[in-house]
Amino acid sequence: MLAGRDGHASQKAMEILVALGRIYGAKRLVRVSSVQVSGVSYKNLGDAGLEFLDELAKDGRSRVKTTLNPAGMSLTDWRTQGIDSHFAEKQLEVVDAYRRLGVEISCTCTPYLAGNEPRFGEHIAWGESSAVAYANSVLGARTNREGGPSALAASLTGRTPLYGLHLPRNRVPTHTVDVEAQLRSSEDFSSMGYFVGKSVKDGIPRFRGIRKAGLEDLKTLSAALASSGGVAMFHIAGLTPESALGGKKTEELTFTPRDLAETEANLNDRGTPDFVSVGCPHCSLGELKTLARLLKGRKVRKEFWVCCSREVKRKGDAAGYSRLILGSGAKFATDTCMVVAPIEEMGYKVVATNSAKACHYMRNSGLRVRFMPLEKCVEEATRSR
Amino acid sequence: MRLRGRAIYDGRAEGLSLISASPMSFYGGVNPDTGEVTERGHELQGESVKGRVLVFPYGKGSTVGSYVLYRLKKNGVAPCAILNAKCETIVAVGAIISEIPCVDMLDIGRIKRDVDVKVDGRNVLV
Repeated sequence: MLAGRDGHASQKAMEILVALGRIYGAKRLVRVSSVQVSGVSYKNLGDAGLEFLDELAKDGRSRVKTTLNPAGMSLTDWRTQGIDSHFAEKQLEVVDAYRRLGVEISCTCTPYLAGNEPRFGEHIAWGESSAVAYANSVLGARTNREGGPSALAASLTGRTPLYGLHLPRNRVPTHTVDVEAQLRSSEDFSSMGYFVGKSVKDGIPRFRGIRKAGLEDLKTLSAALASSGGVAMFHIAGLTPESALGGKKTEELTFTPRDLAETEANLNDRGTPDFVSVGCPHCSLGELKTLARLLKGRKVRKEFWVCCSREVKRKGDAAGYSRLILGSGAKFATDTCMVVAPIEEMGYKVVATNSAKACHYMRNSGLRVRFMPLEKCVEEATRSR
Repeated sequence: MRLRGRAIYDGRAEGLSLISASPMSFYGGVNPDTGEVTERGHELQGESVKGRVLVFPYGKGSTVGSYVLYRLKKNGVAPCAILNAKCETIVAVGAIISEIPCVDMLDIGRIKRDVDVKVDGRNVLV
């Protein structure tokens, strides 16, 4: 492939992988069973990025199961989302290039809820930092934090350099976190992740003192750890599959009730929300069920986005949840989310959400944020102005 | 002065050096249309990387930065070469897809600003 016998795209892809392997001291490449590609929003790619993908799509083809991160808009309902037609046209061209490359147009940050669920011990190459942390920590699959092009390179060759988190010796904890705060909701897991990510940076924290954690808790914890820090893997003693790994001396820290309260307070800016959104990372079916229960028979009075994958939305349709959610006036934002869609250009100023990760990135786009539990988000959206 | 490093992307280039002692973020830190450094508080804020031999320790920030390098190249405002102390994924991938000569494992502290630098494979002539 490196010599170009399999075409230009495979050659370029192999050049990327070999260079990364040399930088990080990999002895060889390893086959991957699945890939998640980031770098989809036209807002980030621009015309040059689109041109790059078009060039690769001439003779490039995915060799393994490959799914895609969210785009900058819903692929079907962008008009009602208020997206301008130039942006939409370009965004659809980006998605079309990925389609020609053989990538599944899943457009979700939770591939593990939409049919891309690697098994324990499998080598994979994923972009999307929250999904990377989830795959390593909760599923026990093995991936480094890939960027858009390096994940795509793995897809076009079916391989990735063997270094970093692909090797068991690099998966042991570097920090021990004693959790003294009571974690009462998924939002508390989100706050904890945001707090811990800041101190451990790209380390591997091992949490002690958590008795149970559901899918939604782990999903939002993964996202928060990876947004305030560069965490690609964590362990929870007694709960996650590799939590018995050890051997390195770890740095100790605690997460106290006070840390929880302060983190929450720090994620709240001034102002009354004019936009409410849940689903960062994309909602699970369980969250749609909760939303359906809370929104049943009520009307939202503010723009309210429920972000999820098409796959989860379809299940929500079948279970009758979507009807109740839509009946309230809330909108589904499939294929996209409040972080990658150009919300700030649509005139909104203050966003209420239940995700610390979303707060982090929306602040970077110049929005003010209010961090609150899912139930409170629904209250905020349904109460009169 | 001759320095010898590791070629991340093999190629030849010549230009005036532009030095940053702090790491660089391309996503959100450099305008892809003009080549101007826009990161608030960065030592190169307001300067253009266009046509320069850009010298900095390593890249930081979002991995979308690789695409920003590619956009700079397509817009004709990319640096002509990149010299790093220790290259990481964002810059390495960006240099490869944009075909910008890139060398790392260099003692970049020895290179001064605004001097003529020639890059040829792993060799850097200052």
